[in-house]
Amino acid sequence: MGKKMSLILDGFVKNNPTFVLVLGMCPTLATTTSAMNGLSMGLATLFVLVLSNMAISAIAPMVPDKVHIPVYIVVIATFVTVLQLLMQAFVPSVYATLGLFIPLIVVNCIVLGRAEAFANKNTVGASALDGIGVGLGFTVSLTVIGLVREILGSGSLFGWKIFPGDGVLAFVMAPGAFLVLGYLMALFNKYLKK
Amino acid sequence: MAAKSTLRNMVLCLTAVCLLCGAVLGLVYAATYDAIEAASLKALQASIGEVLPEGGEISEAMSCGDEGQTYEYYVSSREGETLAYAVKSTVSGFGGPLTLMVGVLPDGTVYNTSVLSHSETPGLGAKCATDAAFVEQWKNFPASKVLKVKKDGGDVDAITASTITSRAYTLAVANAVAVVKYLEGGSDGVDAASGASY
Amino acid sequence: MEYFLIIISAIFVNNILLAQFLGICPFLGVSNKLSTATGMSGAVCFVITLATVVTYLVNRYLLVPFGLEFLQTIAFILVIASLVQIVEIVLKKISPSLYQALGIFLPLITTNCAVLGVAITVVTKEFTFGGTAHMMNLGEATVYAFATSLGYGLAMVLFAGLREHLASNDVPKMFRGLPIALITVSIMAMAFLGFSGMV
Repeated sequence: MGKKMSLILDGFVKNNPTFVLVLGMCPTLATTTSAMNGLSMGLATLFVLVLSNMAISAIAPMVPDKVHIPVYIVVIATFVTVLQLLMQAFVPSVYATLGLFIPLIVVNCIVLGRAEAFANKNTVGASALDGIGVGLGFTVSLTVIGLVREILGSGSLFGWKIFPGDGVLAFVMAPGAFLVLGYLMALFNKYLKK
Repeated sequence: MAAKSTLRNMVLCLTAVCLLCGAVLGLVYAATYDAIEAASLKALQASIGEVLPEGGEISEAMSCGDEGQTYEYYVSSREGETLAYAVKSTVSGFGGPLTLMVGVLPDGTVYNTSVLSHSETPGLGAKCATDAAFVEQWKNFPASKVLKVKKDGGDVDAITASTITSRAYTLAVANAVAVVKYLEGGSDGVDAASGASY
Repeated sequence: MEYFLIIISAIFVNNILLAQFLGICPFLGVSNKLSTATGMSGAVCFVITLATVVTYLVNRYLLVPFGLEFLQTIAFILVIASLVQIVEIVLKKISPSLYQALGIFLPLITTNCAVLGVAITVVTKEFTFGGTAHMMNLGEATVYAFATSLGYGLAMVLFAGLREHLASNDVPKMFRGLPIALITVSIMAMAFLGFSGMV
């Protein structure tokens, strides 16, 4: 049990995709205009990450080395398309908000990166746990960034207004994304990195 | 650990993976098709319903237009009589395309408007969708009033510090009213403010 | 005139890196030296333009007529991966020195969000250049893709120049490396915000 938990916990601090591995920057900056958006994007990526890790771990022994990249990409793209279809059917408003960044999960370095670094060398079970760990780490990072930007930029928390009027609008726009990420990364470096 | 990279293996593997993935996708697509259709229909009806008076039966999407600009519209009718039109109108806003659904009565009165999509600046132009005063003024906007912002000599209250967005919004509404005028037989072509700069 | 608007919009107003957030990973990873930044931008420019043209055609003549739009993601990424592979092979043959200089960056362009991002944007978003809202045709799409990659290159080169200065400055320990780089980019993004409303 300890080993399984540590696989998951690694995704939060040691292998945190946003602050340590610095992967998947594009959705991190673009979809964190609010805590809810960050959370949704994180969960969407988690879905693809876990499934693709499991699938790739299962087929890895049968894939010739020279074609492994295109094969992995096709597998990941399939799961992303499945996610797209499911979201369009059941949560169309979230799908509309996240827009372009759902199909872009295909080229999210985290997904292909974990497939290369972990899934193709480990069991299906371990790969699933790794996917959950890194995916949750990503989700938490995105939600935290979204929280900061939402509180400072719109004066609300998950849609609930905490102070009247608008906040510092720059935070929900482009500069704010980079600024918040930079500061949070600095704080992470100082207090959480061992 | 991986299989050997012979040509036969590579081709086999790629083909197998593509076929399998294709099958999975086909299945999921077929399973979600109805739900997706239903969801988009619901969204469309919600946006149209918001700008039309109650009680009418809404038609299928229709379109009209001339060189370069076609307009999609819906007719709400009851017992054969036209109650109102809902016109989808897109113009160039400040940050990108601004698309509105405009409900217009046959006499040219604007019944209501709603924003379908926009790329305006949060806190400024984006208020066109949320600012109570701006939104309310479009309800039952009479045909007698001029569809221009007050700054340009019209009767529309612009959003503070968002003149361009306000002008674009007004233009979109004016275009929709022009479409209805054309449909009611009042003019030769859909002209009015189409393409005119603000 | 319309093409001019497309170009200005793609380079300044909606800069792919600073406004649309596409292509950030290589942006942060490759920009510590000016020479690698320029090389990368050139390669990306070529791939984005070529990929957009091919994916546009694939979408128009293969996907849409058969109602297969839901396969866009898979089809586009396969096109891009193949294109990059072909570019690698061709480059190796005709200019081995350039191939060596680009090194690992060339295959990495496959996973560059900017390439897939531009390809999808062009076939899904309506544009209002020249007054009317419409989907882009092939000519506009090509110009848009090319201009977008120029904007990418501009941001990359500007940033690389700044980063070379940052490296020789006294930065507090917790900010060293990426954090201060990100804060610098945020100021750049603020500057580029000044272009909004131009078109």
